[in-house]
Amino acid sequence: MTTSQHEISDEIAKIQADSPTGAPLLDFPPYRSTLLRHPTKELLLVDPEGAELLAPVFGHSDVDPVEADLTVQRGGEPIGERIRVHGRVLDGDGRPVRRQLVEIWQANAAGRYSHQGDQHPAPLDPHFTGVGRCLTDDDGWYSFTSIKPGPYPWRNHHNAWRPAHIHFSLFGTDFTQRLITQMYFPGDQLLALDPIAQSITDPAALSRLIASYDHSRSEHEWLLGYRWDIVLTGSHATHMEPSDD
Amino acid sequence: MTETPGQTVGPFFHHALAFPGDSELVPFGSAGSVVLHGNVYDGAGDPVPDAMIEIRQADASGVVPSVSGSLRRKGAGFTGWGRCCTDRAGHYWFSTVEPGLPFFAVTVFARGLLDRLFTRIYLPGAAGAVDGLVASREDDGRLRFDIHLQGPSETVFFRFPRN
Repeated sequence: MTTSQHEISDEIAKIQADSPTGAPLLDFPPYRSTLLRHPTKELLLVDPEGAELLAPVFGHSDVDPVEADLTVQRGGEPIGERIRVHGRVLDGDGRPVRRQLVEIWQANAAGRYSHQGDQHPAPLDPHFTGVGRCLTDDDGWYSFTSIKPGPYPWRNHHNAWRPAHIHFSLFGTDFTQRLITQMYFPGDQLLALDPIAQSITDPAALSRLIASYDHSRSEHEWLLGYRWDIVLTGSHATHMEPSDD
Repeated sequence: MTETPGQTVGPFFHHALAFPGDSELVPFGSAGSVVLHGNVYDGAGDPVPDAMIEIRQADASGVVPSVSGSLRRKGAGFTGWGRCCTDRAGHYWFSTVEPGLPFFAVTVFARGLLDRLFTRIYLPGAAGAVDGLVASREDDGRLRFDIHLQGPSETVFFRFPRN
């Protein structure tokens, strides 16, 4: 673990000069754990069929509305900067993804996950799990109340720090639209240094992972608002209106 | 519209994404059930203990269900979707039914994998199967399919026209 941030940043710059891409490069050596975990063969172009044309369906039997508020799950107030993150989930044709599951997870304000694998010596917060779920509404809107996550160190290279982020897991109307990604915060100086974020080598594409501060959703003497919209790939199936049950 | 890029699921997803019964589309051992299982390997042939597999499938009659209730399965019908985080040995398993259509649609996530991968697992003997993507039938009736992210046995992964 003697590689410096300077060396990692040089590696990133060389790759980015060659190949600006909108999707993350799977073969991206500055993120060391990719070395043995990226496919080397070209992806096979396949027309989706059968189960690939229909995403799983979730409903109110799956998700309790309280799961969208990460600040009330443990019987006490978590420590940190209270935030609301909201936005819309759209498909590649601009249609709202309605009544679909959104799952999030994140570190606490000190940069520690409530996960047994996280050994970062920062305090756990007994009032914060960092886990949330909600369903989008009829216009594709989602909203979570949470605590701003802290950045945290990791072992990719010497003095490596992940920018503050919230993990998002999303479904569309096709199974082929499945997405897991990370939302970042505006103005974070660690983004430019981070090999996971910088694996998206086109800066315009990376900017789509950065939320914007939304003062219209900040609440007086209570919390700060952020807006982040998510666009999935296009649906392959003929679009059908969901029934009203 | 331009799509939002993916990012790795990272190492710390289990407490958020795993849930009771996540890999049991039907109860383990129930009448008509089958186990689909295997290991996830990296390019050195080592197991991947921090991967997550999701499957989507038709029911036994070939209908792909649009039924809610996957996250709280008790009392729900067959939803045709399941999720399994690999264990320390890189092993995943599902208790399900054999789909009436020839394959399970599969998504793979892992730490060190910067975006999800799609593939299929075909039933043994399925017509028109993509080479290398056919499960084997074990002596005890279970279906076996190993996923290799890289290496000489690298799994065939897909892109779709609109991805």
